[in-house]
Amino acid sequence: MTSSPGHQADDDQAPLIAARDLHTWFELRQWGFRRVGAVRAVDGVDFALARGEAVAFVGESGCGKSSLARTLLGLHRPTRGEVRFAGRSLGDLEGRALKAYRAEVGYVQQDPYGALPPFLDVRRILAEPLIVHGVRDRAERERRIRAALEEVRLSPAEAFLGQFPHMLSGGQQQRVVIARALILAPRLLIADEPVSMLDASVRVEILELLRRIQRGRGLTLAFITHDLSTVRHYAERIFVMYAGRVVESAPVDDLLDHPQHPYTQALLAAIADPDAANATRLREVPAGEPPSLLHPPAACRFHPRCPHFMAGLCDVEDPPDFDPRRDHRSACWLHR
Amino acid sequence: MRDRTLLRVEALELHYQTRRGAVHAVDGVSFDLCQGEALVVLGESGCGKSSLAKALMRLLPRNVHHTAGRVTLDGVDVTALPDERFRREVRWSRMALVMQASMNALNPVVRVGEQVAEPLRVLRGWPRRKALARAAEVFELVGVSTDFLARYPFELSGGMRQRAVLAMALVAEPALVILDEPTSALDVLTQASIMNALKRVKRELGTSFILITHDVATSSELGDRVALMYAGQFVEVADAARFFTAPAHPYSQMLMASVPRLHQRARPVAIPGEPPSLADPPGGCRYAERCPYRFARCAQDPPSFSLGERHRARCWLHADDNPSGGGA
Repeated sequence: MTSSPGHQADDDQAPLIAARDLHTWFELRQWGFRRVGAVRAVDGVDFALARGEAVAFVGESGCGKSSLARTLLGLHRPTRGEVRFAGRSLGDLEGRALKAYRAEVGYVQQDPYGALPPFLDVRRILAEPLIVHGVRDRAERERRIRAALEEVRLSPAEAFLGQFPHMLSGGQQQRVVIARALILAPRLLIADEPVSMLDASVRVEILELLRRIQRGRGLTLAFITHDLSTVRHYAERIFVMYAGRVVESAPVDDLLDHPQHPYTQALLAAIADPDAANATRLREVPAGEPPSLLHPPAACRFHPRCPHFMAGLCDVEDPPDFDPRRDHRSACWLHR
Repeated sequence: MRDRTLLRVEALELHYQTRRGAVHAVDGVSFDLCQGEALVVLGESGCGKSSLAKALMRLLPRNVHHTAGRVTLDGVDVTALPDERFRREVRWSRMALVMQASMNALNPVVRVGEQVAEPLRVLRGWPRRKALARAAEVFELVGVSTDFLARYPFELSGGMRQRAVLAMALVAEPALVILDEPTSALDVLTQASIMNALKRVKRELGTSFILITHDVATSSELGDRVALMYAGQFVEVADAARFFTAPAHPYSQMLMASVPRLHQRARPVAIPGEPPSLADPPGGCRYAERCPYRFARCAQDPPSFSLGERHRARCWLHADDNPSGGGA
């Protein structure tokens, strides 16, 4: 593992990464200066991820899950609240400490082809982070590059080192992206929709690979996806996001088998497992569409679409997190 | 009404010319489609399923190397029609296509209602008012408020734009609508409600559909029958009930086993290997390289064997079921 200034104040008892009252808003300005509002992409999120834990953040597009990922990566500064990594606030990190933090966090992008520079070969793509983080010895770099390729099952490594991204299949490209994310031996891996651009038969391979690496290295894995049907085997805990907030969180099986929040219930009801009977069955879908994050509904964000809407409560007061089941949180007044 | 054959496709081929040689995107595809029936063409990216849609609609790019085969719509051989007649009499009025991501291809400066009404004005010469009134009816059918007729595309969400495009395909009441990945860019809830709208259209108008998708779960939302495509060929065609419970081709079986399911604790199993290049498809069975049941005969190209009524699979394992063999 890299030793770096970022480790110095490590608190081994603290969760690896935690968000407290996290808000990431994007200001909208007219003519470049007049404030006209803010897109509330992340709007009050709290969680703590333990070392070695695999979790999934699930939500539809525009729910803020990618903004959350980018805030955790330190690419956006939170508007309010904070992210703590191993007990230290990200906001306090600057210069070398921030660079060291970046080595601690690996990032797997959604579109592998877009994530890989087309004019660099695989060796150079994987060498880049090592060079940036000061691995001067060429032989050492080569050794780590080969080890990373073997770890993502691109073997023999020689066959891939000289390849350019366009010469690889989608699944192989995504393996290169994963190898690059791992090459600095991070403690946290953030994978933003790692398989949504890949074919069905390849998806499972990539998910298995991520999970195997996460277990083998004892990494914390935050897996961001819109597809609830892929999370059961690849995460231990699920956070369901809606309109910038986490509305429900629980261990995977409990959440999938006993969803508590009306939004999660609607989401699960809309997903089909392959079955010929689906063709004759209309699905229940809540009316309307996810709200604008510029003007989100007051109080519970789901209330305009909710089948259990209680006037005077859901549209007036923010629901706190309730614990309707053991280890299972749901932000809904129904559990009051 | 179900039993009347609407579309018959025989030995359809579409090869593209590229620098690396001919790409066999569609390589001998045959099937029948009855009136009011929905056929799902399921396949992974690069298997040729979108090319199949283009070949059926005769929307061919310039680098076509070779096309062959016959497409008969309602008894008329549409492959033999001159381009101009095909454009005037078949495309859009008898057979419409919703292309992938077409919701982003709406004209940004024309009101949505006008765009939806346009096929009627162009193809049938209807006056504007009458065409708009018809567009409003179709909007309601696909679940868009008629308030949106006067809006511009940017004022509509992705789901609403996709419905508008669907309305555009349906407005001239074609007998067959081909949908190429109609929901793959949309959210789960939006997807479900669009599939609901398609089911309603199918029931109320008796429209036939060819739904092209890579997503097994989506395929079961509309399909009466499923055709699984691999490397330019249909490897299995079966009733949906049969396909989802007891598929016959090894690829179908492995694909079904690779799908993660929400309500099932069994772990999905990935298919090892990659599909072959269509520029240089292997001789013999195209799936052989990834197939655990491979044996000597797989070096020869398997014909499509009949396994019962309207069930065919292109695999030598089924040769014994049908000693007389079958046509390709």
